[in-house]
Amino acid sequence: MRKVAIFTMLVFLSAFAVAPMAWSADTIKVGFNIPLTGDIPKVGECSKYAAEIRIAEINGAGGLKVGDKTYKLQFIYEDNESKAESATSTALKLITQDQVLAIIGPQSSKQAIPAGEVCNASKTPMISPWSTNPKTTENRPYVFRACFLDPFQGPVVAKFASEEFQAKKAAVLYDIASDYPKGLAEFFKEAFEKMNGPGSVVAFETFTTKDKDFSAQLTKITKSGADVLFTPQYYDEVPLIVKQARELGWNKPILGSDSWGSAELMNLCGDGCKGYYFSTHYAAAGAKGATKDFIDKYTKKYNYVPDDVAALTWDAINLLCEAIKNTGGLTGNIDKDRDAVKDKLTQIKDFDGITGKMTFSPGGNPTKCAVIVKISDKGEFEFFKSVCP
Amino acid sequence: MSFEIFFQNLLNALQWGSFYALIALGYTMVYGVLLLINFAHGDIFMVGAYIGFFFATLLMGKYAGFSTGLPPAVIFGLTVLVTMVLTAGVGVAIERIAYRPLRRKGASRLYVVITALMCGLILENGNLALLGASRRNFPELLPNTVHNIAGVTFSNVKILVIVTTILVFILLETIVRKTKLGMAMRAISYDRMAVPLMGIPVDTVIVFTFILGSSMAALAGVLFATAYPVLEPYMGALVGWKAFIAAVLGGIGEIRGAFVGGFLLGFVEIFVAALFPSTLRDLIAFSILLVFLSIKPTGIFGIARATKI
Repeated sequence: MRKVAIFTMLVFLSAFAVAPMAWSADTIKVGFNIPLTGDIPKVGECSKYAAEIRIAEINGAGGLKVGDKTYKLQFIYEDNESKAESATSTALKLITQDQVLAIIGPQSSKQAIPAGEVCNASKTPMISPWSTNPKTTENRPYVFRACFLDPFQGPVVAKFASEEFQAKKAAVLYDIASDYPKGLAEFFKEAFEKMNGPGSVVAFETFTTKDKDFSAQLTKITKSGADVLFTPQYYDEVPLIVKQARELGWNKPILGSDSWGSAELMNLCGDGCKGYYFSTHYAAAGAKGATKDFIDKYTKKYNYVPDDVAALTWDAINLLCEAIKNTGGLTGNIDKDRDAVKDKLTQIKDFDGITGKMTFSPGGNPTKCAVIVKISDKGEFEFFKSVCP
Repeated sequence: MSFEIFFQNLLNALQWGSFYALIALGYTMVYGVLLLINFAHGDIFMVGAYIGFFFATLLMGKYAGFSTGLPPAVIFGLTVLVTMVLTAGVGVAIERIAYRPLRRKGASRLYVVITALMCGLILENGNLALLGASRRNFPELLPNTVHNIAGVTFSNVKILVIVTTILVFILLETIVRKTKLGMAMRAISYDRMAVPLMGIPVDTVIVFTFILGSSMAALAGVLFATAYPVLEPYMGALVGWKAFIAAVLGGIGEIRGAFVGGFLLGFVEIFVAALFPSTLRDLIAFSILLVFLSIKPTGIFGIARATKI
């Protein structure tokens, strides 16, 4: 009798040891590696709220149909305290202990870069909704993102300038001592000159961080005959540039990048910035279609307008669901399923996200459209159009 | 460079140089009287801009239930005056609290200069602690009309800044050359040992010097905030350093020197940025100044002295 008991126990134990290879038949577990506490708890909150809405919808409709079987979704939210080291341990916990199929998050590049390493090494697909640093996905076949990369906005704005304003000549003013504006300015120049011929960027002017007076550069720009001015600067420099440009007689469009998109911009710029444009991930004001639906659902439930993190998290969840569906059926072997999901993620084409259409390639970065925002006369960041590279 | 662009940059340089000139003035006057390089001066300029900001927004009725309903141009005038008075108070307070006790104890000037550096840091970081790192937007008080004459554009503010600076120069030259206090200031810088023996109240003259210097920094602060309306706690640091260089360039201790040095620095910076890639601006600008100083180490109007710090 005893022997039988021991034998049964051994069987159970070995089954337990093997258990990680198999998993509960009809739920799909997805991990969220998000900052619920720490420096940016709001980011974690937005991600969680967006996920809560989405999971309620999917499970409310019966679940996710993969092949001929319908699965319920289960989301596991883990806090990475907005720290790089916690992000890696959280990722490990989700992969080994919770046995999730895939991970969404971390949001900021600071945590997404180290967590991406862990996920890639453990061969678990990870989608960072918000991390724009190229390093997050570099040489990591299992790591993806739902947003565009920093340098990507340059070509987008160049295209917008050419199409919207029929600009044949452009001017650029940027801070040469700061990586982000410098990268963007160079990518803009390259793209604009490809479209309008060499030398079409007639003024490529620089300054250094903390400069307040741009009059010499702006004089050159104003007299250069450029049709648009692109200045990928931060919200504390934009008001000075815009004001001085106007005083020197510049009355053509000024374009910016997502670094403009801070609520502080309008406090500092007042009326000066109204009527100008910048590229970004998503715009809440003036949104249409699915984007508007999402904003309405979110606002109704949580009483505030969701920001870009929430929208990108929403897209990341849908991307993952799409990839799971495309596998055509899960085997139940988690390693194989993780691999299948990764393969399907790289093959996603023309995915209609609320932050734009996305197409993936093996690099892990989507080719997607950016949103051009116009600063309205009321000082709101209003959706103007979506521009694809 | 066409004439149009040349004149445009000339105007740009006059405006930019005006700020250097107004700030350099404080350095040069305090140096003339005390042989002290008042490194807190750039931050007094910052304090002036902030006082101006708070006073202007107060008059505009941005704070709870109090509105004067004055027209913006009047608010601007009042702001300039009140800011000059209050900032002069700050300058005098720093002199009283930090410099005078050291002077009384006969401390070496090196210690006083270090104290000045520390005062500047205290002002910067005190502001940071008190008001936070968020930028502030100086309200637009003057109608910002842009004029265009033969392709050269300029705004009201630009003209105001340049004209004010020239008026300040004439005023200060008159004070220093024509009044008794001015004569006392010159006397102290000429011979600091003999002056007290003649019955001249040195402390009064020093306080007067700080009042003049600080109120000019305040004027520069308000004008600067009108022309470049984003305020931050460290805005005075870099401009202050460069204004100090302007003062040395002009010959520290000389009011004419501060003005000429300020405008010269403004011209060099703007025209280097206009002619060369702007990245090279500071490199070329300061190389020119270095060469200039190595040829004439006392600056344009300076007279060689035995001791300088």
